[in-house]
Amino acid sequence: MTTSLRRKVVFYTLLTLTAFLVFAPTFIAFMMSFMSNQEIMTGQIIPRSLTFDNYVQVFQRFPLMQYLLNSLIVSLLIMVGQLVISSLAAYAFVFIDFKGRDLIFFIFIATMMVPFEASIIPNFHTIRDLNWIDSYPGLSVPFFAMAFGTFLLRQHFKQIPKELKEASEISGIGDFKFYLTVVLPVAKSSLVTLGVYGFLTSWNMYLWPLLATTDDRFRTVQIGLRQLQTQEQLNEWGVIMAGAVIVVIPTLVLLFVGQKKLQQGLTEGALK
Amino acid sequence: MHPVELIAVSKSYDRTTKVLEHIDLTIEEGEFFVLVGPSGSGKSTLLRMIAGLESITGGELRLKGNMVNHLPPKDRHLSMVFQNYALYPHLTVKQNILFGLHAKKVKKAEQEQRLYETAEMMGLTDLLNRKPKQLSGGQRQRVALARSVVSQAPLCLMDEPLSNLDAKLRAHMRVEIRRLQKKLGLTMIYVTHDQVEAMTMGDRIMVLNDGTIQQIGQPIELYNQPANLFVASFIGSPKMNLGEATIEDQQLTIEQTLQLPLSMSDIPQVIQRRNLIVGIRPEHLAYAKPEEADLWLEVINIEHLGNETLLTFEVGRELWTAKWLGQWLIQVGERVPLSVSIKHFSFFNRDSGALIQAPTENQHLEVVAL
Repeated sequence: MTTSLRRKVVFYTLLTLTAFLVFAPTFIAFMMSFMSNQEIMTGQIIPRSLTFDNYVQVFQRFPLMQYLLNSLIVSLLIMVGQLVISSLAAYAFVFIDFKGRDLIFFIFIATMMVPFEASIIPNFHTIRDLNWIDSYPGLSVPFFAMAFGTFLLRQHFKQIPKELKEASEISGIGDFKFYLTVVLPVAKSSLVTLGVYGFLTSWNMYLWPLLATTDDRFRTVQIGLRQLQTQEQLNEWGVIMAGAVIVVIPTLVLLFVGQKKLQQGLTEGALK
Repeated sequence: MHPVELIAVSKSYDRTTKVLEHIDLTIEEGEFFVLVGPSGSGKSTLLRMIAGLESITGGELRLKGNMVNHLPPKDRHLSMVFQNYALYPHLTVKQNILFGLHAKKVKKAEQEQRLYETAEMMGLTDLLNRKPKQLSGGQRQRVALARSVVSQAPLCLMDEPLSNLDAKLRAHMRVEIRRLQKKLGLTMIYVTHDQVEAMTMGDRIMVLNDGTIQQIGQPIELYNQPANLFVASFIGSPKMNLGEATIEDQQLTIEQTLQLPLSMSDIPQVIQRRNLIVGIRPEHLAYAKPEEADLWLEVINIEHLGNETLLTFEVGRELWTAKWLGQWLIQVGERVPLSVSIKHFSFFNRDSGALIQAPTENQHLEVVAL
């Protein structure tokens, strides 16, 4: 498509402007993390001198490493759990014929309409009764069953020609082996998408970890960030921003790595 | 002990309408058996029932004499080639071929041996490390065949395996599949909607329409003595010329336009005089010298195929085709002299469609049996 130079100039100007607007808060936070408190109070955006004091402080004053580790463990657990459970459920919904399959699937999908906040109290009861408060299972298990993930994978699994399943049946390959050796490799790209999505969602989770933890040993990093804010009378914004920047790093890394993998997965394409 | 035996088999999805009705069929050892019919006739369903991918509503399926109605596919000792080949896209050709053998717990050394032999036979030796998407249609087809051969199952089922290939490759693969089947002594059940494929490949053919058997027989038998109007028009290309006919005063009147003299001794089995449909193969509408012509017809279309010429005529409401060997320079609109013989006509009952009398003389050159 050819666009005139004028159109191009207009488009690029608008795009640059909106990009700047969207990115501004992140940019300001990033800059603030390198400023001393006095400098922040003067309302500057570009620091006059770079200082890493905030970064040193945030690690010294808070168990940030422990928080990061907790978040990582919980997010990984949720990611793996979701992948395993969603893919198994999706497999059943696509490849196993049973009575009322579609009805059950629609009920399953309908649970997406129930907001997480509504199920938080029963979930909390369950976790408490299991004595899982302040534990990794308590933080992760409630998120394993995921209607959206099942739906996403089911859509991809449905694209796998049913002849592949039939050919396996004839050569004597059972359901589980077919799932492991054919379905999972063929649906790799969706699994990566779902994995990244699950990881990021749980990394940024706030409400549930706040309820399910009372102890620094299991707090996740988002709760940690919140604590940075409230512990001092006068908020040390530089330290808070430094913490925020550190918390964002894994997200960015994952997005970059994941994107590359995702593209690989998508371009691989299935044979018709 | 027949490798495959179907006794009054039927299939219904909703218990009211039957997709297949009362199928009785026996397939011999080492036979190339073709199921042919238009789409929706139930031929693929029947094949899938034999494979065990589809449940059997009524009747009995026996493999080697054993009732197997409820046996899972893996225990039926058969292999199957699918229309879309069903190759695993993430595996190499080699892994694709060997995929089933792992499950059957064949020893590593024997796997290698079989892989090597099959790849050699199918001409796949150089392609073993490629992925299916890097192969051409014909090569994918050969991988699918190899996968079925390597399993060494004595019974092989094929569901329209050639329909995704272009015409030239299809003709080539027809020969290749046929040769492979003979060489390995496989019992083959082959589904196709293409009557040319059925005629050229099958030892025996079963014609299906609307879930019922129309006729079972050898290709030549189906061509010469079609059991009913459906088989008559389905087998043969161009199709048999058909027309409504009546017999009166030693005269056969076709479509109320053509009249041919006939003597009763020509048609000993035709008792009824009305409600007839007659059929004649295009090659039997032969050219005659003008003075010897039985009838004259106006050419409304002409197709030059190089080695033969197809002429189309209008006979009442029907279009008739004549197939003449060689090249004929005839213009559309010309009237051409034709010779026809009563001996080449098939007679059908119009209401039931059933054959009353087959042609008494079939080819200019009679069927030669060696």
